[in-house]
Amino acid sequence: MSRKLQQWSLFLAVNLGLACWFGYALGSSASSAKTILLPGKTTHGHYQIELACSACHAEDGNREFMENACVNCHGDDLAKARDTHPAKKFSDPVHAKTLAILDATKCVTCHQEHVDHHTLEMGLTMPVDYCYHCHQETLKNRPSHANLAFDSCANAGCHNYHDNSALYERFLSRHGDEPDNLKKIKTLKRRPTEWKEGVSLSADQADGVKDRLMGTDALAVFDPQIIHDWQTTAHAMAGVNCSGCHAVSLPAVSSGESDTSTSEQVSIATESTWSDTVSHQVCATCHGVQVEGFLKGRHGMRLGSKMAAMKPGEARLDMHAGAAHESLDCSACHSGHRFDTQFAAVDACIKCHADAHSLAYKNSSHFELFQAERSGEAKPGTGVSCATCHLPRLEDEDDNVFAQHNQNNNLRPNEKMLREVCMDCHGMQFSMNALADSRLIDQCFADTPGVYVESIDMAKAWFDLKEQQRLERNRKRAEDRAARAAKESTDQERP
Amino acid sequence: MKFESMTNRLGSQTDLSWLLACLLFVTLIGASAKVALATKPTKPAEPVATPRVAAPAKPIAPAVPAKTVEGGVPYKAFADAVHAVMMADRTVYAKQVVTRLKKQDAPVTPSEYWEDEEHTIPLPAQMFRMGASLVDENPKAGFKYGLKSSWPLNEQNKPGSDVEKAALKHMEETGENFYGEETLGGKKYFVAAYPDRAVAEACWVCHNEHSNRQDHYPEFKKDDVMGGVIVRVPMD
Repeated sequence: MSRKLQQWSLFLAVNLGLACWFGYALGSSASSAKTILLPGKTTHGHYQIELACSACHAEDGNREFMENACVNCHGDDLAKARDTHPAKKFSDPVHAKTLAILDATKCVTCHQEHVDHHTLEMGLTMPVDYCYHCHQETLKNRPSHANLAFDSCANAGCHNYHDNSALYERFLSRHGDEPDNLKKIKTLKRRPTEWKEGVSLSADQADGVKDRLMGTDALAVFDPQIIHDWQTTAHAMAGVNCSGCHAVSLPAVSSGESDTSTSEQVSIATESTWSDTVSHQVCATCHGVQVEGFLKGRHGMRLGSKMAAMKPGEARLDMHAGAAHESLDCSACHSGHRFDTQFAAVDACIKCHADAHSLAYKNSSHFELFQAERSGEAKPGTGVSCATCHLPRLEDEDDNVFAQHNQNNNLRPNEKMLREVCMDCHGMQFSMNALADSRLIDQCFADTPGVYVESIDMAKAWFDLKEQQRLERNRKRAEDRAARAAKESTDQERP
Repeated sequence: MKFESMTNRLGSQTDLSWLLACLLFVTLIGASAKVALATKPTKPAEPVATPRVAAPAKPIAPAVPAKTVEGGVPYKAFADAVHAVMMADRTVYAKQVVTRLKKQDAPVTPSEYWEDEEHTIPLPAQMFRMGASLVDENPKAGFKYGLKSSWPLNEQNKPGSDVEKAALKHMEETGENFYGEETLGGKKYFVAAYPDRAVAEACWVCHNEHSNRQDHYPEFKKDDVMGGVIVRVPMD
């Protein structure tokens, strides 16, 4: 074979190989082959689903699709936080000139993806002085801000572009005088599930045992611990039998959908559909809000994007090596048949998480309180577990208490924790100081804050100044009135 | 972008000409794939974001033939009409809701911080803005409006264009409506502005005493022009 032919054959073979590889990467769904298509390191918020390209990108490169993808996952949270800079804020045509400099109507103006070399801590890809373009007057109107740099606006405890629900001046000044530890703490209690005649199930009613082992004596050979755990906890109390979780046919599962809205179509199926493992879709039939949060958070976002469950070994945070292969579905934390929420609130977390903050938890006063509650020494609701802060109990619009399983919701920026978590037990100033102190966060709040955030003082001083000015104006007004009245009376006296 | 990352992977040990040849080939493949993708009939994109505005009801068959109701409404007449509706609604809210609650010593009070305080309702001006915001989000509305002032308590409500500044100045000096045109972001608009006066004592007292009030702001009294409603209709 001539040298030329050899060269051409090699050329074609190499290219054919490359073309096949790209073709496979393009066509395959969320496979590791897609790694070659990643244009750059993905942010900490999205790396888990970086191989599910279609979660954010349209096939035809439609930019609007991408913007909608942002809002699909983050829109509810922004609305709940009463986003102070929603896109609609800039729809007044007078903003056209400013938008030409900084298009604040698009998420990707500030939050570009796959550009690691200029991605900042919060996933922000803008210079941090972006406030400058619209808020230059602040330096003039607020004497306290005259010497502040525009890249310091969003420092802990001052402003946040989206969520200022705990940072607006009136709120700061109203809560500024609170003591470090509040006398009365705010706790939301879980609704206990109690024995209910006609609903709750007893051990011999466990249908899974009979169905699986074909016989009424089966109970004896079945793991009695499982039956005991089930029978003494919420599922049996609420009348949820073995088949309620283990023998459920979910139309959603077969079609590969993870949409919890199809939960109503769930039906109890025949024995042939028995499954020893229970998927999050099955849990969602009763625990919809929790699963919805889970699928949006760091633990469940892979499942939420129809990918295989996340494993600690693939995390960017420090994890215990022994836990590398745990699969993060509901049962990763709510295991066995006890579904022990106290286990889920601490032990389940620290069996995987091995960063400084997590490792320091057991030396903190929060853990002391948790232990006191667990041992019965302290009142229920007084303990502070990992979940107390990271999967907090919240109230929905109808005042139902639920655990927010989207732990990403209040993580960054951490001021989001102020109203949702910290201020349930601590004063505002103390909470802000603590959240701004990275050393203290690494120590899991085992010490007192070593940082002082000045924004509360600024807000209070501002309102004090304005009150003084108001009194001064009133005094002047009264003087003017008196002077006018005096003048009128002297005028009348002199006809 | 994807090809950029490949060059990084291949590194410098690969003979450059081969690399270029490969790249050329793959680019051709990529281009033809893109053409194939583009010509493939794509499904219309499903609306991904939940519309914030309620879906409009199905159009009811008009009782009158469409032709008789068509016909251009002059910009000015349109602006005057929508402004009349806005002011009517706002007056009803101020007089029949807010004032009534106050007279009855109701345990509900209007508050600027109504979103964050129990037993409070929005101030009339906030109610007005919320309406403007909903109209803004409604793609069928076809126009925008807002409340602006030369002496705003919230910076974002200061005049934002030369025409707005001129309109406010005109209204403050004459107390009369203002009509004009302006081009913003390459689009032409008809602008109508209506003076917004101090009608209820609560309005001017609050504005006079507010912590966001700047030192040079005038002291408002009854019937003063405190700002204006700006109605903007696209002319293209």
